[in-house]
Amino acid sequence: MARIRFKNVMHAYPPPKGQKPVYALKEINQVWEDESAYALLGPSGCGKTTLLNIISGLLTPSEGEIYFDGQDVTHLPTSERQIAQVFQFPVVYDTMTVFDNLAFPLRNRGMDEAVVKQRVDQIAEMLDLTSSLKKRASGLTADGKQKISLGRGLVRSDVNAILFDEPLTVIDPHLKWQLRSKLKELHQQIGVTMIYVTHDQVEALTFADKVVVMYDGTVVQVGTPIELFNQPKHTFVGYFIGSPGMNILPCTIDQGQPVFHGNLLSTSYPVSSDLSGKLEVGIRPEFVAFADDGIPVAIDKVEDLGRYQVVTVRHESELIKIVVKEDQPIPSENPKIQFNRKHTEIYCDDWVVEGDGHE
Amino acid sequence: MNKTINNKAWWLVVPVLLLVAFNAFIPLMTVVNYAFQETFGDNVFFWEGTTWFEQVLRSERFHDALIRQLLFTGMILAIEVPLGIGVALTMPRKGPWVSVCLVLMALPLLIPWNVVGAMWNIFALPDIGLLGHTLNSIGIDYNFTRQPVSAWMTTVLMDVWHWTSLIVLLCYAGLSSIPDDYYQAAHIDGASRWAIFRYIQLPKMKRVLTIAILLRFMDSFMIYTEPFVLTGGGPGNTTTFLSIDLVKIALGQFDLGPAAAMSLIYFLVVLLICWAFYTIMMRNEEQ
Repeated sequence: MARIRFKNVMHAYPPPKGQKPVYALKEINQVWEDESAYALLGPSGCGKTTLLNIISGLLTPSEGEIYFDGQDVTHLPTSERQIAQVFQFPVVYDTMTVFDNLAFPLRNRGMDEAVVKQRVDQIAEMLDLTSSLKKRASGLTADGKQKISLGRGLVRSDVNAILFDEPLTVIDPHLKWQLRSKLKELHQQIGVTMIYVTHDQVEALTFADKVVVMYDGTVVQVGTPIELFNQPKHTFVGYFIGSPGMNILPCTIDQGQPVFHGNLLSTSYPVSSDLSGKLEVGIRPEFVAFADDGIPVAIDKVEDLGRYQVVTVRHESELIKIVVKEDQPIPSENPKIQFNRKHTEIYCDDWVVEGDGHE
Repeated sequence: MNKTINNKAWWLVVPVLLLVAFNAFIPLMTVVNYAFQETFGDNVFFWEGTTWFEQVLRSERFHDALIRQLLFTGMILAIEVPLGIGVALTMPRKGPWVSVCLVLMALPLLIPWNVVGAMWNIFALPDIGLLGHTLNSIGIDYNFTRQPVSAWMTTVLMDVWHWTSLIVLLCYAGLSSIPDDYYQAAHIDGASRWAIFRYIQLPKMKRVLTIAILLRFMDSFMIYTEPFVLTGGGPGNTTTFLSIDLVKIALGQFDLGPAAAMSLIYFLVVLLICWAFYTIMMRNEEQ
């Protein structure tokens, strides 16, 4: 068990000849607290897997250091870091039985055979693999093989952290849900640090205590699911978390308040007028409502999602999405909308503007 | 919908049938013909039954050639397979050296067999050959035209030089098909270098290795040109392998009956060993 700290970690893969290196990770300072469950969320290619491989030691970062509880492990090989990692695609040792597969990480560390048996039986029980322990691993389905991969990650009791790299991609939806709950349950039982990479926000939000959102090689926000929803620090977080994502609209600032296409909006905090850069206002579709007075819009599209409807409206050339509960009417003539001022945020060059007195 | 029965499509099989007939079946049946009969020319045949087979199977000459053949094949497999795997493991996986290595490896395979024999003959000549002269000048008494041990050493070395590449290339192909995930998982699981070889690389190479061993077995068991050019089967009969002996009987002595019988026995031995090997390898696969 350990607290994992990244200090100015940057990484670039060797570039093709004659080209400048492109940084897959751009300066990350991040602490992974002991015994927490983190989800690492971000689009494909944002550096999630690179970050995991740096923690486990499969990659050495180009710059920066990694500390486990204050010990510099930047150049320590994988085998000495006590990290378990589960990959996106199942890896099984074909010639071994399921039991031997699960026992492999323990036997490699010279554990007593009685302890090995006890641990393997326990993990197999948890993953419903008990009945196939004696079978050859190569004969199993993709689901079964990935369970073995998971099992090999979970079987070690002495690990500093368990890393999951989109481990449920190949698993059937109903099993996916089951296994995710199992992982969560297991985390509560053994309390080891878990870092779970995914690009599926539902998966991230249900699994983790804290979600780390990555975008283009940097960590843009770390927070609980609620924080990410209510106070996105970066337009990407607003857009990526929530369904539909946050409305991001161009604006200007006049007397401390945002102006959107000539319509004065208000925020719960005053904004300084001397901001320079790309200014935008962000509001979640849940906090936009039809009103008698406000910004005049034209209705573009209504999508019925059962318990609520997503209405897309247009003001000038901008599209705004609104979430309307199923029992609420949608005005047919001269619809106007209001933004909830408490949830209206200002972004300058994609980063949130912290107003005076705003947390 | 009514199906019309029309057998005309069978005619399309005729070209293949003709091809198989002329390049396999008819020559084989000719051999069978000679194996059970005696002829004195003029296409006159006398039935001999299994006489030739009994003669061949009882002949000490055949036993000796068969033992030499098994010994030779066993030796070259014992050297080429581990060596081939070893070389394949040390070859680079990416970078500019990959193509250099591949071309170097492929070179021996591109040389015609009789040229290989001639090359090694000159290379090994005790008075002027690079290998032969060097060995003699450092005090090792080496003469492959006179000493059976030298002749064997040279023949085996020549085959290793010529054919190890084939095993290297096949194993390399097998190794290249292993996804990085496997190596990463093995590192995470704390596997030793040996464990990675034993539990990842070897199982993933199993299929190509089976093919490689089968090919090398068949080729070496039927080897003719290279030792024929190098030693001509000598000194004495010490490097006379089955096919060299067969040619001596068939064309040297013109004993067509025993030669035909020996051909069939030879063929069945190759077939039997291949079948047994393949069956054993594939049975393990299913378990």
